Amino acid sequence: MATEPVPGGADPASTPPVVDAPQEVAAWEGLEATAEFKDLVRARWKFVIPATVFFLVYYFLLPVLNGVATGFMRTNVIGDVNVAYLFALSQFLMAWLLAFFYIRRANTVFDALASRVRELAGRRVQS
Amino acid sequence: MNVTLLLFLIVVGITLVITGWAARRANTTVQFWAAGRGITGWQNGLAIAGDYMSAASFLGIAGLIAFNGYDGFMYSVGWLVAYLTVLFLIAEPMRNTGKYTMADVLAYRMRPVPVRSAAAVSTLAVSASYMMAQMIGAGSLIKILIPTLDSNLKGWFSWEVLGTKLDPSITLVGLLMMIYVIAGGMVATTWVQIVKAVMLMGGAILLSFLVLLHFGFNLGNFFTKIASVKDAKSGLNFMQPGIQYQYGKETVWGIDKALLENVSLGMALILGTAGLPHILMRFFTVPNGRAARTSVAWAMGLIGSFYIMTTFLGFGAATLVGKAHICAVGSTCKTPNSNLAAPKLAEFLGNSFFGTGGGEFLLALIAAVAFATILAVVAGLTLAASSAFSHDFYVNVLRRGIAHGEVSEREQVLVARITAAVVGLIAIWLASKAGATTNAAALVAGLAFVIAASANLPAILFTLFWKRFNTWGAVAGLLGGTVMSIWLYTIGPGFSLPVPTHPAFPLANVGIVSIPFGFLCAVVFTWIGELVRADRLAEIKFHEIDVRAQTGLGAEPAAAI
Repeated sequence: MATEPVPGGADPASTPPVVDAPQEVAAWEGLEATAEFKDLVRARWKFVIPATVFFLVYYFLLPVLNGVATGFMRTNVIGDVNVAYLFALSQFLMAWLLAFFYIRRANTVFDALASRVRELAGRRVQS
Repeated sequence: MNVTLLLFLIVVGITLVITGWAARRANTTVQFWAAGRGITGWQNGLAIAGDYMSAASFLGIAGLIAFNGYDGFMYSVGWLVAYLTVLFLIAEPMRNTGKYTMADVLAYRMRPVPVRSAAAVSTLAVSASYMMAQMIGAGSLIKILIPTLDSNLKGWFSWEVLGTKLDPSITLVGLLMMIYVIAGGMVATTWVQIVKAVMLMGGAILLSFLVLLHFGFNLGNFFTKIASVKDAKSGLNFMQPGIQYQYGKETVWGIDKALLENVSLGMALILGTAGLPHILMRFFTVPNGRAARTSVAWAMGLIGSFYIMTTFLGFGAATLVGKAHICAVGSTCKTPNSNLAAPKLAEFLGNSFFGTGGGEFLLALIAAVAFATILAVVAGLTLAASSAFSHDFYVNVLRRGIAHGEVSEREQVLVARITAAVVGLIAIWLASKAGATTNAAALVAGLAFVIAASANLPAILFTLFWKRFNTWGAVAGLLGGTVMSIWLYTIGPGFSLPVPTHPAFPLANVGIVSIPFGFLCAVVFTWIGELVRADRLAEIKFHEIDVRAQTGLGAEPAAAI
């Protein structure tokens, strides 16, 4: 993965970002405009945006409900285990499940799309 | 020689052997800062867990739950869910675009001199407040758990520097962390963190198992027992939310204050983790983006399991020991010390299952685990703080940016080592000075996470994902977020002991104001920068960082060790 050709080639992390040769900027912009790259970005955001919104809402629902629906959250469900505690435990399950789905999607879908973009970049440098 | 001292010396011995082995692999910058990028996904996952689960997690949360019941468990929840932010938005793009520090990613698009300087400030602020808390905690922990060690140390380290008498226990922790980092760099730090993660998990599993054994593996009985513990002040049972921050007592800005405190705390926990420099730095030690992703998976598995076990540790201490009996050995227990909940639980369980010797042994074991925990975290923090100064400020701002010079590998590593030594010495001095007057445990969640969320997170997210973001916005977000967090925190009720009755800012958790402020600064100053046409390059360079972050094209390769 690391040895694949790069349109730029310089080490921008340590050099000041002077405008590189115009063809180099064009190369990055060109890659960004390809259908392959757009597919990758679209696939990622299609998962990441809803998942992020979901976990933020689900998480903050816990402290908000603890404050607003105090009585409901203190209701016992099983023995002396109340809604608030079960909701808190469910956050662990939620986090693990979302992480599992993300990683499965990334390993199968995103990685394949990303390697298509890298192959394309390799061909462009050679030609 | 007593068993406590023996276990303690074993921990020190193991970590020093690791450091000796790693010392040969810390000669180049990529080895010193990133362990040659040769750490595998699962190893890095363990190391992240070891880097992240500090004394505040182990002793702090167990204590909070033992004293406040359910409300303490909210920390456990937040500290795990936080990793979704890291996984979805930060880990892979960071690995794909960065080199050694967070500022490397920002300097891709922005003018490096101002942006690296600002990032060095926020990184040092986060690491310093985090480190203070850990070292003050270590000092008091050693004094209480191993009083013989502390009195023995007094003969060796009783130095007075600039009018402050150095605390011998804090000095010992500081010197050890300096040895790991200076001699062994990231390789030693990583393996110390891995060993610590294994020890911590082992300790937590053992204690949880014994708690369950005590209740005959009947969870119903366990929870009934918890619900029978009542908080004297609020009358609530320990399963119910509202003991730490009481609902319906006060309102701030027309909203229940306890609700605001909890939401504000949640914001800092969820968003702060993704901006902690010592955690971000770990993603540069793996070979590629996929390994970065794998390491988050491993970390989430370990961290989540550990935080679920805080139920048994914290509630176990609440039911089996009781708040009134959680205090230092030999004292009359007038002021219970929440940090001792886990050690006291260990002592109780050891006594009840294995007799008196067992109690002493388990207490010693848990003390040793806590000590290893602190060492691993402070080593990670020292590395992050010294990278901000030497890599970002000295090498890239002073030598390359201003003097336009070239810096040799040898010089970079040498400066890194000197910086680590200076960071360590300053930390020892500050922790000794602040020890008695600062609310140490609150420093971590109260300040370190808030600065990370208010300053670092907006800068990183906008650099990676917002095309119009520019140098003005980055610098303003980093500095504005840092200054606002520190200012609100120092004028609020969380900072100093004793707690002020009428603080100028009403909330102990300041994230709810400072985090939006940090993001707002970044956005507004980006617009101002556009108006004066200050920084056109940042937008042009966005195409490059966009492609690199998403695909891993041109990412820093793994070095052969």
